[in-house]
Amino acid sequence: MPERRYLIASAVVVLLLALLPLGGSRYAVDVATEVLIYVLFALSLNVLIGFTGNVSFGHAAYFAIGGYACAILLTTYGWPLLFALPAAVVLAGMVAAVVGYFCVRLTQIYFAMLTLAFAMLVWGIAFKWKEVTGGDDGFTGIKLPAMLAHHTSYFYFTLAVVAAGIAALWVICHSAFGLTLIAVRENSVRTGFIGVDTRRMRWAAFTVAGTFGGLAGALFGMYHRGMYIENAYWTESAQVLIMVLLGGIYSFVGPIIGAAVLYLLQVFTNQYTTYWPTVLGLILLVIVLALPDGLIGLVARVRAYRKAWQRT
Amino acid sequence: MLRPMLRIGGLWKAFAGFVATRDVSLDLAAGETHAVIGPNGAGKTTFFNLITGHLRPDRGSVSFEGRDLVGLPPQKIVRLGIARSFQRINIYPRLSVFENVQVALIAHERQQWNLFRPGRSLHREGTLELLELVGLAREAAETAGELSYGKQKQLELAIALASQPRLLLLDEPTAGMSPQETAETIASVRDIVKARGLTLLFTEHDMAVVFGIAERISVLHHGVIIASGRPDAVRNDPEVRRVYLGEHGHG
Repeated sequence: MPERRYLIASAVVVLLLALLPLGGSRYAVDVATEVLIYVLFALSLNVLIGFTGNVSFGHAAYFAIGGYACAILLTTYGWPLLFALPAAVVLAGMVAAVVGYFCVRLTQIYFAMLTLAFAMLVWGIAFKWKEVTGGDDGFTGIKLPAMLAHHTSYFYFTLAVVAAGIAALWVICHSAFGLTLIAVRENSVRTGFIGVDTRRMRWAAFTVAGTFGGLAGALFGMYHRGMYIENAYWTESAQVLIMVLLGGIYSFVGPIIGAAVLYLLQVFTNQYTTYWPTVLGLILLVIVLALPDGLIGLVARVRAYRKAWQRT
Repeated sequence: MLRPMLRIGGLWKAFAGFVATRDVSLDLAAGETHAVIGPNGAGKTTFFNLITGHLRPDRGSVSFEGRDLVGLPPQKIVRLGIARSFQRINIYPRLSVFENVQVALIAHERQQWNLFRPGRSLHREGTLELLELVGLAREAAETAGELSYGKQKQLELAIALASQPRLLLLDEPTAGMSPQETAETIASVRDIVKARGLTLLFTEHDMAVVFGIAERISVLHHGVIIASGRPDAVRNDPEVRRVYLGEHGHG
C-alpha cells in the first residue's frame, strides 16, 4: 500500500483540481485538461523508460491509435463512449503487444530505432488511409455524448479517468511485477539467472505502456474533437520523452511534474514568441548537462544540501 | 556411483578458433562437493557458462537429473534447480541489499507476473533469513554496490540461494578476498551446503581452499580435464604437478 502521506497528498491535489472550474476561468480549465492528459501519457512511457530501462522513440504511435480508434468508433460507427473508449484502449494495447513482440528482441539504440520505425508506420497509415482517418485533414467532428459536451464536464471526466489511470499505474509500478522490471533495468543478466524471462518482462512493460498511452490519446482526441496526423508524428514521441526526462525517470512522480512543467512552459512561451522548438532545445540541453535525474533529482539534491548546511 | 545428478559429456566450445573447452566430460553425484581448478585462462568460467545456459556449447551434452540442458535459456535452468554466482560479482549494485535478495525470492515464487501485490511487502522474513545466513542482516538497508568486495560476494551467494537450488555453482567464491575473508567465506559455504544438502560445484584458484573442502577435484588445463579424483590422488598426479601445481610453486 502507498504510504498514507502520499495518499493524502494525492487526494488533496485531486480535490484542488476539482475546485478549479469554480474559479470561472475557461482558459485555466482547458489548460488543466490538457496537462492531465499529458501527465498520463508521460507516466505510461515511464513504465518502459524509467522502470524497465528501455527508451522508446515511438510512443506517440499508441497515443494516436487510442485517439483515432476512439474517434472513429464514436463517430463513424456511432458506438457509445462506454464501449468506444475501452475498445480503443484495448486496441492500442494489442498493437503495442504486436510491435513490442518484435522490438524487445533488440536492446538499446536498436530497440529505440525499431520503436521509431513502427511509429512512422502508424503515422504513414494515418496519413494514407484517408477514408478512415481523414488523412492529412485530420479526423474531425468527433461526436461526444451530450453529458461531456461542456468543457467543465469534460474536465471532470478527464480528471476522473486520469486519476484512475495514475492509480492503476502506481499499483502496477509498485507491484512484484514492477520490482522485477527494476531488476531487469538494473541487471538483465542477473535477472535471467534468478529465473526470470527478461524479454517477456520487457514485452509486458511495452504492452502496459502502450495501453495507457492509448488511453491518454483517446482523452486527447475527444478533448480536441479531432485527431491529426501530427499526433502520430515522431516529434510527439520526442516531446513526451522530454517530459519524462525533465521530470526524472527514476521516480514515479517525476514524469507528472515533467509533463506539467513542459506543457505550461510551452503555453507560456507561445504567448511571447514562436520559437518554442528553440526553447525546447535549450530545456533538453539543461536536462542532459545539469539535470540527469530531472527536476525530482534536483529537489532531492537541494534537500541534501540544506541538510548538510544545517549540520554545519 | 549412482546415476549422477549432473552429467557432462564431450563438451566443446570454441571462440573464433580458440578452443576454450575441449571434450570435457564430468559426472557429479548428488551431495558431492566438487572443485574445478586450473590456472587463469584454463576455461573454468567458460565451463560454468556452458552448464548454466549463459553460453551454448558447440558440441556435447549436459544433463541435470536426467534432463537435457543444452539450448535451454538461463531462466529455465535456474528453475530446474541450478543456481550460480559469477567470478565478476553480478548483483544489483544500485538496489538495497534487502531488495537484491527480495527480488530473487519474488522470481523464485514466480510472482513477477503479479501486477497487484506490492513488491516491497513480499518475502520480508525469507529475505532476512537469507541475509542472516550469509551474515548480512545488519547491512540490509545499505546500497549493495557500496558493500565491501567480500560482502558483495556473500550477497551474491544469498541471491543464488534464494532460487532454492539443489546444485550450486560458485565461480571463484573467494577471488579478491583477504585471507581472513576467504576463511570465513569457506566456512560459511561449507555450513550452508551441508545444512541444505546441496551439491556444490565450484572453481577456485586458492589451493588451500580447494583441498580444505572439496571431496573431488578436476583439473582443467587449456580447456581439457587432465585429472579428476579425490584430493590426494589429484595432488600426487604427476601430470597435475607438472602443468599446474609446479607452475604456481604450490604442493
